[in-house]
Amino acid sequence: MSLLSIRNLNIRFRTGDDYVHAVNDVSFDIAKGQKLAVVGESGSGKSQIAMAIMGLLAPNAEASGEVLYEGQNLLALSQSQLNRIRARDISIIFQDPMSSLNPYMRIERQLGEVVVQHEGLSRRDARKRALEVMEAVQIPDARNRLTAYPHEFSGGMRQRIVIAMALICKPKLILADEPTTALDVTVQAQIMTLLDDIQRDLNTAVMLITHDLGVVAGFCEDTLVLYGGRVMEEAPTLDLFDGPGHPYTRGLLRAVPNISDATATLAAIPGSPPNQTRPPVACPFAPRCVDVRDACLEALPDLTGSRQKRACIRPVEELT
Amino acid sequence: MTAPILSVKDLKVTFAIHQGKRWPWSPARSLHAVNGVSFDLSQGKTLGIVGESGCGKSTLIRAIAGLVPPSEGQVWLDGAAIDYNNRRDMQTLRRRMQMIFQDPIASLNPRMTIRDIVAEPLIYFRPEMSAADRRNATRDMLDRVGIPERNFNRFPHEFSGGQCQRIGIARALVSAPQILLCDEPVSALDVSTQAQVINLLKDLQAEMGLTLVFVAHDLGVIRHISDDVLVMYMGGVMEKAPASHVVDAPRHPYSQALLSAVPVPDPRVKTTPQVLNGDLPSPIDLPPGCLFQSRCPKRIDACRNVRPALLGSANRQVACLLEDV
Repeated sequence: MSLLSIRNLNIRFRTGDDYVHAVNDVSFDIAKGQKLAVVGESGSGKSQIAMAIMGLLAPNAEASGEVLYEGQNLLALSQSQLNRIRARDISIIFQDPMSSLNPYMRIERQLGEVVVQHEGLSRRDARKRALEVMEAVQIPDARNRLTAYPHEFSGGMRQRIVIAMALICKPKLILADEPTTALDVTVQAQIMTLLDDIQRDLNTAVMLITHDLGVVAGFCEDTLVLYGGRVMEEAPTLDLFDGPGHPYTRGLLRAVPNISDATATLAAIPGSPPNQTRPPVACPFAPRCVDVRDACLEALPDLTGSRQKRACIRPVEELT
Repeated sequence: MTAPILSVKDLKVTFAIHQGKRWPWSPARSLHAVNGVSFDLSQGKTLGIVGESGCGKSTLIRAIAGLVPPSEGQVWLDGAAIDYNNRRDMQTLRRRMQMIFQDPIASLNPRMTIRDIVAEPLIYFRPEMSAADRRNATRDMLDRVGIPERNFNRFPHEFSGGQCQRIGIARALVSAPQILLCDEPVSALDVSTQAQVINLLKDLQAEMGLTLVFVAHDLGVIRHISDDVLVMYMGGVMEKAPASHVVDAPRHPYSQALLSAVPVPDPRVKTTPQVLNGDLPSPIDLPPGCLFQSRCPKRIDACRNVRPALLGSANRQVACLLEDV
């Protein structure tokens, strides 16, 4: 059985008299210990899925469908019920480590607060646990830095603290929302190696949200590609990179400037991201697709296939 | 080799730091953002500048554009040194050199229509132009960057990030400058739009014979657009070479570490990033030796005392003592 199972998730945001349809009929599963990458451009709805899982959607959001965690629909739970699941079962790492830490709180207390709240530990034991996780995420001189404030750490060290905070109750699932986007490549490499080690040690499932296909290739065994709030393709990462089955995935892979191969022009995807004020009635990628047919503009394609699932009405062999 | 259109000679930028002074009258300390950068750039070529955040790459091109005052060194434009305190010189400079910025939406005036935004440089640089000519030039330029005419009366917030960056490019190029300084122009964009903007810049460069100085932290982008690459660390140049040389066979230990950390978009390739230990030195009190020595895996004793010069042939220059051995 899968650990987390998302069924027909829809998320829309009310803006004045309109709605923005951010996530449209998304379904997928995460198994125990699985590393799943959720890839998409800004506005594709990838972060909103994570927010829905954590019960952190903005007040103007309306979510429907099911987010089943061990058989329990998280969308139907109250905040206090969710608090029993947050941190202990599912935790989240955000993009910007500075704004996800409280600048007024010493690290020791900030980390300890999680176990005091969720596991009822005493302050003394919480402090001990804080030190242990700081050492686990390889913060040098952890014992002396427990009493430091977030601003006293570099960006990479701060992200390590945020990871420590996400790990402190040994959750079964970690949602990592662009954890290295704000960091330099050298630091990014360190953080991804750390996440990989931890994932292997604890057999935690990780949902890695990112737009960087290089990071995906190095970290995740499975990949889900989102566009316009819909799943375009879901496949094992190797298969997806070897033979992308959706025109959007193909375009995305060709648009990445490859460091080892500087051919003359990059294959850009023409056009702009979709307007999401209406729920999609046809393939959202159709207006930018090089392989578009009339039928693409008429109906929503289903996500079909077994190992490599794709939402495209054209057979793979016909794609350019 | 033709004479360079842009020459930077031993440029330094320091900022006075008033923070942490004991007394109001104590002298301000200085933060060394750019520490003696030199390069020559021929017309029509692209120089890529790469490095991690805080390495001084943006400050360097801001100083060249005159947006922050350089504290030492000289910038030569087409064989004439620029005096950044002279208004005439600055007018010439701005006519011949324009800039595009990282945040495409923030760099456009939110209260002006994009037609006015793109026409504005012509009012200053080509005052002799008639209103009708200006209108035509604006239309041609916006058309060239792919903005349809029905959208000319819209405001910046009505466009996506990629479109705003193209409008920024139109504004920079409408007055036909010779040099375009690009400060991380694609790092805020998604990959698909990033590719559009890079291709557009390359096409415009070929059409107009533009010279580009392109700052980025993404080595894939740098490799793609640059002829030569400067690798910067702590405000100094560690290595300078043609892009293919830097990427395929980096010589400086810092360039090597930087490249090993770049994630490869191919799940079959297993990268082993070289971890840099140690901390960045303070840019306020620079150490006497090599700027990179505190984190260098190949450090020898002499690195602590001697600041290596950027040496080598025209094809590759490296600032490392190990190069001499």
